[in-house]
Amino acid sequence: MKELFKLAVVYRFELGAILLFGIGFMNLLLQKNLIRKIIGFNVMDSSVFLFLASQGYIEGRIAPVLTNGSMQAATYVNPIPAGLVLTGIVVSVSVSAFFLALVQRLYLKYGTVEFDEIMLLAKKEAE
Amino acid sequence: MLPWYQNIPFACIFLCMVNGITMPLYRRGRRAFAVTAGVSFAVFALSAVLAVILAAGGERFVYKMGHFPAPWGNEIAADPLTAMLSAMFGLVTGLSLLGGRAAQEADILAPKQPYYFVMVSMLLAALQALAYTNDIFTGYVFIEISTIAACAIVMARDTARTIAATIRYLVISLLGSGLFLIGIVLLYCITGHLLMPQVSEKVMELWNTGRYTEPLTMVVGFITVGLCIKCALFPFHAWLPLAHGGATTSSSAILSGLVLKGYIVLLIKLYYSVFTIEVVRSLKITSVLFVFGIAGMLIGSVQAIREEHIKRMLAYSSIAQIGYVFLGIGLGTEAGMAAAVYQIFVHGVTKPLLFVCAGRLTEVQGHEKSLYRLRGAAVTDPLAGAGFTLGALSMVGLPLLGGFMAKWLLAASSLATLPKLWPALLALAASSVLNALYYVPAVIALWTPSGFMAEKPAKKAPLFLLSALGLAAGVILLGVCCAPLMEAIMAGLRLLEAI
Repeated sequence: MKELFKLAVVYRFELGAILLFGIGFMNLLLQKNLIRKIIGFNVMDSSVFLFLASQGYIEGRIAPVLTNGSMQAATYVNPIPAGLVLTGIVVSVSVSAFFLALVQRLYLKYGTVEFDEIMLLAKKEAE
Repeated sequence: MLPWYQNIPFACIFLCMVNGITMPLYRRGRRAFAVTAGVSFAVFALSAVLAVILAAGGERFVYKMGHFPAPWGNEIAADPLTAMLSAMFGLVTGLSLLGGRAAQEADILAPKQPYYFVMVSMLLAALQALAYTNDIFTGYVFIEISTIAACAIVMARDTARTIAATIRYLVISLLGSGLFLIGIVLLYCITGHLLMPQVSEKVMELWNTGRYTEPLTMVVGFITVGLCIKCALFPFHAWLPLAHGGATTSSSAILSGLVLKGYIVLLIKLYYSVFTIEVVRSLKITSVLFVFGIAGMLIGSVQAIREEHIKRMLAYSSIAQIGYVFLGIGLGTEAGMAAAVYQIFVHGVTKPLLFVCAGRLTEVQGHEKSLYRLRGAAVTDPLAGAGFTLGALSMVGLPLLGGFMAKWLLAASSLATLPKLWPALLALAASSVLNALYYVPAVIALWTPSGFMAEKPAKKAPLFLLSALGLAAGVILLGVCCAPLMEAIMAGLRLLEAI
């Protein structure tokens, strides 16, 4: 039990990321409320970023910024995952904005953000 | 000094992006339309020249972005196959825009039309980048760009139903790209690289020493499922009919013909250049794809038979056609993969032809969409009817047309894989019969005069004519000149494998 707990502490970021990914994925898939779907999407993407950033983090090293003049790569954490996370955040923000704009349009037309109701109304409209 | 043609891939992608960014400066849709169509044809011409040069020399080259050396910089790589695919992307986008021009005027508000062409240009740029990229993270970024652009061209026709369909499409696509993202992140974690050749080297090392086999399996699984969701492989197809069937004509043509293919191209590229096909085969992933491909072929067709709305029928047929592609990939042999790529070309030309002609037929019949009310539309506009008939016959598999050649190649390549031989042949036969069951009645209905026909003859549409003729020529060309194209595809696949 104690061993397991120690492992969990070592892999805390990974565990958190897995949990969050599951939560986000299921929310994006199963929520009927579109705003909640968007939140689920953001949780899912954030979990991937957490995972990625934790993989670049090396215990005991510092951020790759030249402050104290250390020129040795071994004193710094891996900066590439951070760059990837930044790109990912940009993508995630733009997708969220697009998604929100779509939901707003639907809300103006139907007055609801529940996807089931919208589909029903749309079907009725077509008939 | 680089040989001049090595600049073409980047120039084409950049041209499309710049074109997209400048589109909002146009106040009228017509000029934006003309410029975007021109850019698409320019992409076609440049990529075709590149394809000819590379195919003649059997060459593959890597273009370093910003001249940063290999493990750090970003790269694009071109070989005959990706150049040909880009040429097709450019040509079909241009022709779809021409063919759907009248529908664009009817479906999209005039002040918003320039924005439509922003999205089309971005989509074309993203599709080319998916084919050319040599970096897995760049692949992810362009997947997201193409997702947004594809959703935007679905919702360009601003009715509540299309917005609802767009949201559904967007949600499913985001699930797919989430899985793809976690896949490439895991891949980066176990290999430490992002460029395909370096990743591939490490993957080989891990595979040969037996380390990290489970994470590697998960990575291949995540990436495959993520991309399959996006290209609507059965059972992830539920979003497609509403999105493709409800959009404006040129969007439907581009989405069904090209966007679905962009993701498959990336998947094939990853299988060949990163994981290598042997690894994928020993992980049994190809066999899983084979089963779902067959299921998609049959179920897509069955649902298409029950569909009365002409564009949704074509959309269901796309699901079946994607099934054919995965049947070829699932065979797990080089011949199977080449046949799958051939099917990508065939469907990429045939389905836009069908959509463009269906759009024109509904237009001459007072914007009716149900097959019952479209009876006689082909008599009013015989050329559109002829184009639809040609496309439908190609889908059913009439010799001398592209669809026949693709099926023949798939059947021929399945001969070498004994356990998959009978399921593949039976599925091909059954699916051809099913295709005939909905395409032939549709064609007959279109040619049967009825009371729904318009009284006066249809207005002339030179743009539509040009588009239908170009696409129909493509369908016939793919049916007749199979050998040189197959040679180039094989050469391209071998070059992808060699790195």
